[in-house]
Amino acid sequence: MMFKNICLALILCVGTVALAQEKFITVASTTSTEQSGLFKHLLPVFEKKSGIQVRVVALGTGQALDMARRGDADVVFVHDKEAEEKFLADGFGVRRFEVMYNDFILVGPKSDTAKIAGGKDILAAFRKIAEAKAPFTSRGDKSGTHAAEMRLWKVAGIDPQTGKGTWYRETGSGMGPTLNTASAMNAYAFTDRGTWLAFKNRGDLSIVTEGDQRLFNQYGVMLVNPAKHSHVKKEMGQAFVDWVTSAEGQKIIAAYKINGDPLFFPNAR
Amino acid sequence: MNDLTQAMYAATRLIFSADALLVSIIALSLKVSFTAVLTAAIIGFPTGAFLAITRFPGRQMLIALLNALMGLPPVVVGLLIYLLLSRAGPLGEFGLLFTPTAMVIAQAVLITPIIAALSRQVIEDAWREYEEQLRSLGAGTLAAARTLLWDTRFALITVVLAGFGRAAAEVGAVMIVGGNIDGVTRVMTTAIALETSKGDLPLALGLGMVLVAIIIGVNLLAHGVKLTAQRFHG
Amino acid sequence: MLPLTLDHVEFSVNGRDIIRPITCEIQAGTRTMILGPNGAGKSVLMRLCHGLLQPTRGRVVWHKAVAAQRARDQAMVFQRPVMLRRSAIANVMYALKLAGMAPVECRLRAEDVLEAVGLASVAERPARVLSGGEQQRLALARAWALGPEVLFLDEPTANLDPNATRDIEQIIGAIHASGTKIIMSTHSLGQARRLGDEILFLSEGRLAERASVDLFFRQPQSPEAVSYLRGELP
Repeated sequence: MMFKNICLALILCVGTVALAQEKFITVASTTSTEQSGLFKHLLPVFEKKSGIQVRVVALGTGQALDMARRGDADVVFVHDKEAEEKFLADGFGVRRFEVMYNDFILVGPKSDTAKIAGGKDILAAFRKIAEAKAPFTSRGDKSGTHAAEMRLWKVAGIDPQTGKGTWYRETGSGMGPTLNTASAMNAYAFTDRGTWLAFKNRGDLSIVTEGDQRLFNQYGVMLVNPAKHSHVKKEMGQAFVDWVTSAEGQKIIAAYKINGDPLFFPNAR
Repeated sequence: MNDLTQAMYAATRLIFSADALLVSIIALSLKVSFTAVLTAAIIGFPTGAFLAITRFPGRQMLIALLNALMGLPPVVVGLLIYLLLSRAGPLGEFGLLFTPTAMVIAQAVLITPIIAALSRQVIEDAWREYEEQLRSLGAGTLAAARTLLWDTRFALITVVLAGFGRAAAEVGAVMIVGGNIDGVTRVMTTAIALETSKGDLPLALGLGMVLVAIIIGVNLLAHGVKLTAQRFHG
Repeated sequence: MLPLTLDHVEFSVNGRDIIRPITCEIQAGTRTMILGPNGAGKSVLMRLCHGLLQPTRGRVVWHKAVAAQRARDQAMVFQRPVMLRRSAIANVMYALKLAGMAPVECRLRAEDVLEAVGLASVAERPARVLSGGEQQRLALARAWALGPEVLFLDEPTANLDPNATRDIEQIIGAIHASGTKIIMSTHSLGQARRLGDEILFLSEGRLAERASVDLFFRQPQSPEAVSYLRGELP
């Protein structure tokens, strides 16, 4: 008798938990778009207009693309052009649309042990850090930001792995935790501007290098290929892709600011 | 010190503002963890009772294994459930990944061994006292198990609370299988992790204090019920 | 089902002999008292007869099949009563339900038997908050309700004061008068005299002497019984 009641209660509980909203898409995206607050600003407008709930799972770009490869997302919204094109070439995406850009910046402590503040040249800054063996925290998580950082080290002709365990620290986590670590140990860190602007625990950190052409950070959006994963919500996913690249979506992206600073610059064609 | 004061302030403000978003996150946390505990109890109690009162070769091995499983790393459980529920996984067709149901499954897997192992201990102690009497009255294994589960009910409340505490405080597994989706699978622990990522440490700690307060509240309530009932039933 | 035949019954644990070969036949009707010093094997012998223990060698044989009107053919009351965590009357009904009696009938029977042992006024009280004497009366009521052909009692008054002991002895008398065979161990010679018809005297696992109560106390035959009655340490 009691057992039956418990079973019934359980079924009801699971039932209501599972029953939430039926019309939704899952978007695999990056920590920078989620943690900068952009999605909170952008998605309610789309949801209200289309009636489609957008469920964002925020991971590093590498992880987000992996998740989509497994078929666990309908749309990917990430920022690593190279990896995205590989994803397309492997047949997992339908077509890549550019949405917006912002830029990467180098942040560092006030003491500026590597003496790079004020310069524009990111390669020179990286070389100085390596030379001074100044503490540097890296994401180390195959995210878009991490990939961009690694490309810059390569172009600068430095293998940061040689500094591993001494001045070069891989946190293996998201942008926020990496900035928390940098703030706690007064280290340099490579970050996207959006996360930085929304980040609150800055401590002694401030921007030391910005404005270099090489620091350009492009975001792209893709529908996961329904030919690979038949359960992908093709229409609803495409509706979202179309909307963020539409004039309306672009305008809303441009309007998102923290303390008057815009975080992302729309550039869909 | 300043951070702690700010956290206290954030916690107080959160509690008294009764922010709708916070309330929905708390509600989901409780719903997921309660459902997980219920599931774990339905599986764990009979398992514990069975292990307590039957004797068979390999029983001690099984008990040791169960005790070891109490320390299952949440991240490993999360990953395992993720791979099972992923579209590319064997249970992918049900589309359960990134739903509260997936979180219930992960938490239930984590705490079923806790509930089974602890109730095994409680019931085995009671069985030592009851065995001759129950066998004398002709109770079979099934009847004995039911009697012992009912008669140890007050001690089992504590067992359930241990499971609930672990479920509600757990972040690694629900983050992976739930995805921390705003409004869908965001619970207290993943919200705290998110705010920590955003560097808003006072808000994160404030949320943490709210979570601890809820867990303490649930425990006080259960403990009160237990004490009152125990005083009456002896 | 009586007489009960013990055929070269032996019992040992880890190579230690608790019961050395015992052969005897226990008849219906009489009240059989088992006497002997601590460690003589009284409790073990009763558990072997009741079926809670299996003899290492030899056989315990009950004769005829059970009479249909009895809920159970035998019952046992232990030195320490095991009270289930529920009301007094529910403790009695539990035993009846296990024996397969219909719920309505259970209640009526339980009420009758509680009345008979003087516990009607505390029927709805939780069994575990009753006094030691009341608990043992309840244990007797629980056994009596089953209407067994044989009732084993293992030092039922060992933990009780004289008043409670007198109540218990009265109830045992009433149970015997209702047609149940009594097999009981005790340390009290006075109790054995008051309640018994015949004595089985055990010493170091052997049946040293068997005699009527009258003869046993007047003229013990075995040296062990002689020294036991004199209160000498062996």
